[in-house]
Amino acid sequence: MKARKVLNSSNGRGLVAQARSEELQKSANKNQPRGGKSSMKRTLVVALVLVLGVSLLAGCKPVAKQPVTFVFAKGDAVELDPADVTDGESVTVMNNIFEGLVRYKSGSTEVEPCLATSWDTSSDGLVWTFHLRKNVKFQDGTPFNADAVVFSYERQRDPNHAFHQYGKWEYWGWCFSEIAKTEKVDDSTVKITLSQPFAPFLSTMAMFTMDVVSPTNCNQWKDQWFSHPVGTGPFSFVEWVKGDHVTLEKNPNYWGTEPQIDKLIFRVIDDPSSRYLALQKGEVQGMEFPNPTDLPKITQDSNLVVLSAPGLNVGYLAMNMGADTPGFQKPFGDVRVRQAINYAINKKDIVDQLYKGTATPAVNPIPPTLWGYNDAVQDYSYNPAKAKELLTAAGYPKGFKTNLWAMPVSRPYMFDPKAIATAIQADLKQVGIDAEIVTYDWGTYLKKTEAGEQAMCLLGWTGDYADPDDFLYVLLDSDAAKVGSAGNVAFYRNPTVHALNKEAQMTTDFNKRVELYKQVQQIVHDDAPWVPLAYATQTLVFAKNVKGFVLYPTGDYHFDTVSFETSK
Amino acid sequence: MKYYIAKRAINVLLIVFAVSIIIFLLIRLAPGDPAITMAGEHASAETLAQMRTKWGLDKPVIVQYFIWLGHALRGDFGQSILTHQSVLVELVQRFPNTLELSIFAMAFATIIGVLAGIVSAVKRYSFLDYTSMIIALFGVSMPVFWLAIMLIMVFSIRFDLLPTGGRLGVMYSIKPLTHLYLLDSLLELNFPAFLDALKHLILPSLALGTIPMAFVARVTRSSMLDVMSQDYIRTARSKGLNEKAVVIKHALRNALIPIITASGTEFAMLMGGAVLTETIFSWPGLGTYIVQAVSARDYPAVQGAVIFVASMVALVNLIVDIFYSYVDPRIRYE
Repeated sequence: MKARKVLNSSNGRGLVAQARSEELQKSANKNQPRGGKSSMKRTLVVALVLVLGVSLLAGCKPVAKQPVTFVFAKGDAVELDPADVTDGESVTVMNNIFEGLVRYKSGSTEVEPCLATSWDTSSDGLVWTFHLRKNVKFQDGTPFNADAVVFSYERQRDPNHAFHQYGKWEYWGWCFSEIAKTEKVDDSTVKITLSQPFAPFLSTMAMFTMDVVSPTNCNQWKDQWFSHPVGTGPFSFVEWVKGDHVTLEKNPNYWGTEPQIDKLIFRVIDDPSSRYLALQKGEVQGMEFPNPTDLPKITQDSNLVVLSAPGLNVGYLAMNMGADTPGFQKPFGDVRVRQAINYAINKKDIVDQLYKGTATPAVNPIPPTLWGYNDAVQDYSYNPAKAKELLTAAGYPKGFKTNLWAMPVSRPYMFDPKAIATAIQADLKQVGIDAEIVTYDWGTYLKKTEAGEQAMCLLGWTGDYADPDDFLYVLLDSDAAKVGSAGNVAFYRNPTVHALNKEAQMTTDFNKRVELYKQVQQIVHDDAPWVPLAYATQTLVFAKNVKGFVLYPTGDYHFDTVSFETSK
Repeated sequence: MKYYIAKRAINVLLIVFAVSIIIFLLIRLAPGDPAITMAGEHASAETLAQMRTKWGLDKPVIVQYFIWLGHALRGDFGQSILTHQSVLVELVQRFPNTLELSIFAMAFATIIGVLAGIVSAVKRYSFLDYTSMIIALFGVSMPVFWLAIMLIMVFSIRFDLLPTGGRLGVMYSIKPLTHLYLLDSLLELNFPAFLDALKHLILPSLALGTIPMAFVARVTRSSMLDVMSQDYIRTARSKGLNEKAVVIKHALRNALIPIITASGTEFAMLMGGAVLTETIFSWPGLGTYIVQAVSARDYPAVQGAVIFVASMVALVNLIVDIFYSYVDPRIRYE
């Protein structure tokens, strides 16, 4: 008892120490390895190590029979409803799951039948009747028919539609406001009535906004529909791990040509240099938008193939001709001054040095990949002497002072507006024009330029649908030159151009429209409201053994034609 | 003790509330708004007005704040303008990614940092001391994204040991229960996936943990030096205890407080999401989420995310404070 007391108290250090060492002795004896127990422990440890080792190897070696998988590196999608998205990353995924009544021909801007086999227009151009393809099923097994088409379109247009509340449907307001109604005629016929004739309508119908969605699926998921897309396209949706990847797989019941890959995975890699690293390592087989500084290395890499083509965009310098706008300056009312500025700017240098090979110099307001491009138009050469001549003829031998507005943000058609503005400023100085660079935050910039507060400004446009109307009417028609909401920031009002644009909107004769738009481009060139600067190219990089990918001018990616070349 | 925790908890709530007001105002002070960002060149005055009404951006700021507060108190942080998903759901999905990475980075930072610090302190002015401190300086000075790319180029491309990024290889699939891939794969007994997830964690943790490691090493070193010069260490040595026991049982234990403070602070900062590391390694964490939300002026998402992060930081600090009392019985909270 005494000993216990001593042990429990903290007095008497010496005794405590002694008792402790006795305890240590006892526990040491207990831990003395007895034959059986420790060898069992040892075997257990060895077994565990073996299991881990085997699974490590199992993880390293690829499984023998894998589905043919293609992995593409890009940014993350925002949502997966084709009618509600506004960003390119989401559209890319949509283009492989969904289809519309018509689509763009492979690698072109011309339209061909897709879910509709044919169509007729009424004589006044207001009623379009589409004959739908028969025996097509959605990926959830439900049939594709007129009801589905009506659902897909009316939910965007009609605020009273049951599904309208689940989306913002921005593109409907921007591009489809002339559609008055979509109606079912019978199971395979749909009638779309326009409020006014609009020839580009067929081109707009090829946009992702008009893809047909499964009504059954929408009604099942309601507001969560954005993460569970079901369409009629070559690939079905499997899963979307936000920020990580989107997985699609081959649609076995696809009505068209079966895709040659079984699994299509979009891997999210936001940083362009990281994409390149993953491509080098073989973790992905394709990627979009490499870093311009990585491009030289990529082109030298014999294991990679670079595909590039001008996109459906244009970057330009607009000169304000609107005498009724606050920013108007007298010199710009004279065509000689505007032409002089065209001659003064060294476009090629700007494209080579500042765009660093990611663009081609622009001649017309529409890019060369768009049908109707007038390649007979002669661009203004870089000729400062001629510029000075014209300025003197116009009455400005010593030049004049003005301002040049530049965007504060990087745009798809102009990576670094500030740098480009500085280069233009230097070019103009050479001919005596003293331009002060002005900038505002992006929202304010758009508002003010739409109100004509600038003398000259940089701007650009990425086409939504592949029709010259989307450029020539939206950006250069007098209808678009309303002070305060102008898309035509040069406030260029030419009645001939307007008449031509309007005629091209009314007639559905393709060849006639080509003629009309070619005339518009020549007139615009001669009047020089702009200095068209560049068409930004879209650049994609693929592994050498990837075959069959076609670059669409609209920037759509379609992977149903992609296959791997079997190794030699 | 309980009284102390309660007081601290109320403190945390007040801090979070203040943060919510500040961030609400700050993000709206930034030029541009979600309508312009989405519409771009399509924006005409009418479309913008329509979009703003749809998102309730046309009401005065104070009204907007109270509407938001009302919803937030009921657990509804609103819908992301960009993705139309519930902000809270998105945060809950993203946070475990950052958590897993932070835990690993801190584990690396603490273990290596403390070891380096102890070695430096014990063998002061020796070659080991200078080497560790130079490595620590290197770690703190190198830009994280450069370090990350270097690690990828060496270990992933040149030596083909580890993947270049992401959380998991495309051929593996794990059922997301907790979204912590290591845990989820073990729960499923999916060992190949477990190992693959582990491989994906190594490089980002190294890159991310280097700065905290340097910081922890320095703090450990100075704290240990401070403690080792105390009298009771001299007594322990004269008692006959071997050096290892002196250093670990006595010196380290007493030097821990500043080390825990440093580690806790670093961990709290990592919870905010490490944007640069996440970008290079395509790690879908909170950092990239916040940056994307700010770029798009996605007000509800930015608010929800910032408040979430602020709460996490405050929580981590609270836990660290409580932890002190276990480490040092002398510390009692009144």
